[in-house]
Amino acid sequence: MNDTVSNPVIDDAPIADEAKKASSVNYSEISKNGLWTNNPALVQLLGLCPLLAVSGSVVNALGLGLATMLVLMGSNIVVSLIRNVVSDAVKLPAFVMIIAAFTTATELLMQAYTYELYQILGIFIPLIVTNCAILGRADAFACKNPLLPSIVDGFMMGLGFLLVLLALGAIRELLGTGHLFADMQLLFGEGARHWKLNIFGENYPSFIIALLPPGAFLVTGFLIAIKNVFDEREKKRLAAQKAKPVKGSKRVRTTGVIN
Amino acid sequence: MSFMSASSPHTRQVQNTSNVMQWVILATIPGFLALSYFFGWGTLINLMIASATALASEAFVLRLRKRPIMHYLCDCSALVTAVLLALALPPYAPWWIIVVGTVTSIILAKQLYGGLGLNPFNPAMVGYVVLLISFPVEMTRWINPVTLSADGQLPSLWESLVAVFSNSSAVDAYTGATPLDLFKNYDGTLAEQIVSQEPLLNNAMLAGVGWEWVNLAFLAGGLVLLQKKIFTWHAPVSMLVALTIMSALFYDGGSSNSGGSPLLHLLSGGTMLGAFFIITDPVSSAVSTKGRIIYGAGIGILIYVIRVWGNYPDAVAFAVLLMNFAAPFIDYYTLPRTYGHSKAERATRKRD
Repeated sequence: MNDTVSNPVIDDAPIADEAKKASSVNYSEISKNGLWTNNPALVQLLGLCPLLAVSGSVVNALGLGLATMLVLMGSNIVVSLIRNVVSDAVKLPAFVMIIAAFTTATELLMQAYTYELYQILGIFIPLIVTNCAILGRADAFACKNPLLPSIVDGFMMGLGFLLVLLALGAIRELLGTGHLFADMQLLFGEGARHWKLNIFGENYPSFIIALLPPGAFLVTGFLIAIKNVFDEREKKRLAAQKAKPVKGSKRVRTTGVIN
Repeated sequence: MSFMSASSPHTRQVQNTSNVMQWVILATIPGFLALSYFFGWGTLINLMIASATALASEAFVLRLRKRPIMHYLCDCSALVTAVLLALALPPYAPWWIIVVGTVTSIILAKQLYGGLGLNPFNPAMVGYVVLLISFPVEMTRWINPVTLSADGQLPSLWESLVAVFSNSSAVDAYTGATPLDLFKNYDGTLAEQIVSQEPLLNNAMLAGVGWEWVNLAFLAGGLVLLQKKIFTWHAPVSMLVALTIMSALFYDGGSSNSGGSPLLHLLSGGTMLGAFFIITDPVSSAVSTKGRIIYGAGIGILIYVIRVWGNYPDAVAFAVLLMNFAAPFIDYYTLPRTYGHSKAERATRKRD
């Protein structure tokens, strides 16, 4: 008897909780999460397949990063909108359908406007569907939060992913071929053809391993290491700022005066 | 209370790491001399650059990791890696190739995994493979052995230094194919015809001019190590036997499909260097006796497969790395029986 009475109360609790959350939503926290503390590529290590496969040059990285960001924001928006009308049982299939729809739309967009890049990225555009970062955000954030925070979360997570992808692409392109921003016309039109920078000069022997999958793993590993170094420093700095415990004897006197 | 420290009664002398490593370096001397005799100053230059780079990068990482620097430098393991890499690289390779290879070996393949004893892959071979994949042109440019060069001369010391440090084409006039290149490049020609057409092969006693002596010299050095009980015979012998069997099986009577005779495979490329100096690496190889036999045989088979049906003329490095992957797996299934037990018991056995 008691159970039936108390059930509605428990059911109501998440909604009340959510309302409370919505009122005190912390956008800077969301941004920091997406860009640094919970970065999909460096911390969650999600979406490694495209991260490692197409980050051979800046233009590829930028193309795929933007596409992923678009899908991530779109899916976060729709998932957030339908969060109260989809039951737990069909939650995941619904998310996957939404993500697939956005991926298809993005693929068609790229086919229409950046056809050569679309051909270069090939299978990795449809594979955005399987990018765990997107399903992860839908499940962990968008389906529990209202529209605006979900959009911000999608944008920031997408941006975090895009920035790591860009860093990877730049480092690998530089090490592998000696220049930067080659073939940017694929994304920015003919005017961008001369953006190409020959950093190491014409005689640079291409260090092909950087362009191959092992190079992607190595560079990702170093990026993660660098991030950990920064985090460690920050932790040390905060620890140093904390008030130091009072020095001196902590022995407690339990009896009277001892002479 | 103090305990007397002594080794077990059946070990007659104490072997420490640096001792073993020094013996390995000493044992490469015959091979080094043979290489220098046939190919000139290049090997010595390789050796100098690689050793200096190895010691510097090892010291750098040890400093970063706040480890005692001299202690680890004195165990000579970085030096062994440098020596093995230098002997495997083609002489007169540009200096930056050697530096990149050595830095990769020491920092990436060894120190990033935690240093000596923790690296799952043979450091020298990782360096070699990274170079081979990245700079195929420079890595397959060998010069003709001295007995075959046009005027019976090798590049002088000055020419060698110019070739190594200024990236010029000073030694281009001396370049030639290796015996394994020859067999790879001819298609649809009888083995006999290849041998009769190529001075590198028909002036040779056993396999290929120069290369046969280099390999025999490494074999001699390896036998010294074997005699000193630096390693056991299982892995090298099983690798050489497997390579012999494979090449005998697919020799195909010297037809146009032939992969080359067993002697060619045993005495050219990096076969002997690999058999006695690379696959016997105690860190990255399998540890049990039975395991070492399987490990060696796997390498022998893979060397043949990649040499004959793969894209690269020589394959020791790839074969070693592939079997390094498999070494823990092999160890898991070849655990020896402990004295007093009726059968081997796995340490990781599941308990219900």
